[in-house]
Amino acid sequence: MNSDTKQALLQKIRDKLGDDLHEVYEEYQYPLLRINRERLHETCRFMKEKLHFIYLNDVLGTDRFTSVDRFEVIYHMISLRDQQRFFLKVYVDEEDPVLPTVTDLWTSANWNEREVYDMFGIRFKGHPDLRRIFLPEDFKYFPLRKEFPLLGVPGSLELPSSTPDHD
Amino acid sequence: MELDQNISRKRPTFFPQHQEAIYKSLEDKHATVEVDKSDPLATRMILNMGPQHPATHGVLRVLMELDGETITKCRLDTGYLHRGIEKMAENKTYQEFMPYTDRMDYLSPYSNNVALCLAVERIAKIECPERANYIRMIGCELARISSHLLWLGTMIMDAGAISFFIWTFREREKLYDIFDEVAGHRFTVSHSRIGGINNELTPVAVEKIQKFLREFPKELEGWHKLLDRNRIFVDRNNGVGQIDHENAIASGLAGPSLRATGIAYDVRKFEPYMHYDQIDFEVPTRTEGDNLARYYCRMEEMAESIRIIEQCFKKMPKKGPVRVDDAKKSYPSKDEVYYSMEGLIHDFMMTDTGVCPPPGAEAYHAIEAPKGELGFYIQSDGTGHPWRMKIKSPSFSNLQGLETILDGEMVADTVVIIGGMDPVMGDSDK
Repeated sequence: MNSDTKQALLQKIRDKLGDDLHEVYEEYQYPLLRINRERLHETCRFMKEKLHFIYLNDVLGTDRFTSVDRFEVIYHMISLRDQQRFFLKVYVDEEDPVLPTVTDLWTSANWNEREVYDMFGIRFKGHPDLRRIFLPEDFKYFPLRKEFPLLGVPGSLELPSSTPDHD
Repeated sequence: MELDQNISRKRPTFFPQHQEAIYKSLEDKHATVEVDKSDPLATRMILNMGPQHPATHGVLRVLMELDGETITKCRLDTGYLHRGIEKMAENKTYQEFMPYTDRMDYLSPYSNNVALCLAVERIAKIECPERANYIRMIGCELARISSHLLWLGTMIMDAGAISFFIWTFREREKLYDIFDEVAGHRFTVSHSRIGGINNELTPVAVEKIQKFLREFPKELEGWHKLLDRNRIFVDRNNGVGQIDHENAIASGLAGPSLRATGIAYDVRKFEPYMHYDQIDFEVPTRTEGDNLARYYCRMEEMAESIRIIEQCFKKMPKKGPVRVDDAKKSYPSKDEVYYSMEGLIHDFMMTDTGVCPPPGAEAYHAIEAPKGELGFYIQSDGTGHPWRMKIKSPSFSNLQGLETILDGEMVADTVVIIGGMDPVMGDSDK
């Protein structure tokens, strides 16, 4: 991992975003950039098309459990050409947890966004198939939110009947 | 749509909304490209495969729409093995969580342990002793061979040859014996510790590994002889489940499935962790992107793993600590615990609170697990428990690619393609 290339890429992103780049966290090898959520899709397009981050590795959500900007969504992308791994972070509010989808840029965002929706209830506008991925649709809670109890909610999931269901 | 009325489908009673949604989603897939929806010969049907189908390697459910014998579109339903590992991680100390990682990709538990330990060591800024890192590398490569052996046996069984399964499992049995000797467990090893490993390799373990290194290449050569020019095997796999490199990158494939399309992305080379930068090894790639290419990639990876282990034995320091000698960062040795007061207190502190990374720290570390990139993203709030631990599992990425690959294939090839992708549901469902 070449740090000169990393700084060059960072500078390009700084030039592009200006004040909308809120924070750069470089404590642990990979840069983590917090950006304005209004410019998320635009930045992702810039990262993919201009900076060659063609491989989206992961999308993950976090519950910060604060009253404003409660959730954050982190996009984890790799540039195979420059051997770089970058993280983009945006805050999402609890009142209206909606983000634009990036499935039109990277097809692989499909399942990762579904996972974030499943676990935190953050919806992705324009997602082609926004269903829960692990839990059934009948489940009404979002389990990785901090208020969800570790032992689960009794009765929230239907158990299969012990007799076979015939017509 | 008249098609739907023609098909008599018994409405499922269990999780009705979920079933409704997945059938709807299958119907909507590629809805824009389809022109002709009439079906005068009634050749179209919807087939449900799994979650209890033996060839799906676990509890994967494949829902596909068939036109004759061709799969026009398919949807995967995952989550039947979802245990909420990430939620559990938030309520455990880092060391307490490690046995859970054994149960994620249960075919290569050693790699999972090492992945977690490396991520925690990065965020807590712990430097692991050199000898421990070499022993971890040996363990990881043995785990890679073990995982690929299971893939080989089951994939070839899916392709029709039953006896092969017995031969690969005979070799796996030797690996289990090695792990038993190294870690004290055959299957869920939990041998790694934060800041090192649990115990030094015993002379018997070294002897067993050396014996395996001598014997295994011959076996591998024999399998190559049996399969490489085997008409049935090649015909069954050639051109099956093909994907080109652009689509592979776009749909986020990982590991050997990605390398079989020509992208030489291997974390061991991409950003070497432990001491992989001092080892001379190749990353096997193919360009065809079909099932046969995946077979060659994995077979060659096993040979490379043998080379890596041999070099590890040559390069590792002959003596030295296998765990950090700092009781604030890692467990003290048992001698200290049993014979000194401080040791006992430190052992208690490590069990009770454990390692505390600085508050607000966020770090990611990935390793090349047998199935692809396995990474842990940790956010710390300064306590001994992670605030959030996200597991980037390779099988999840590969299954997503599978949904693309299966479209347009023959229904009889489904099991071979699933076998060739080698998903493990414990890894994907978390």
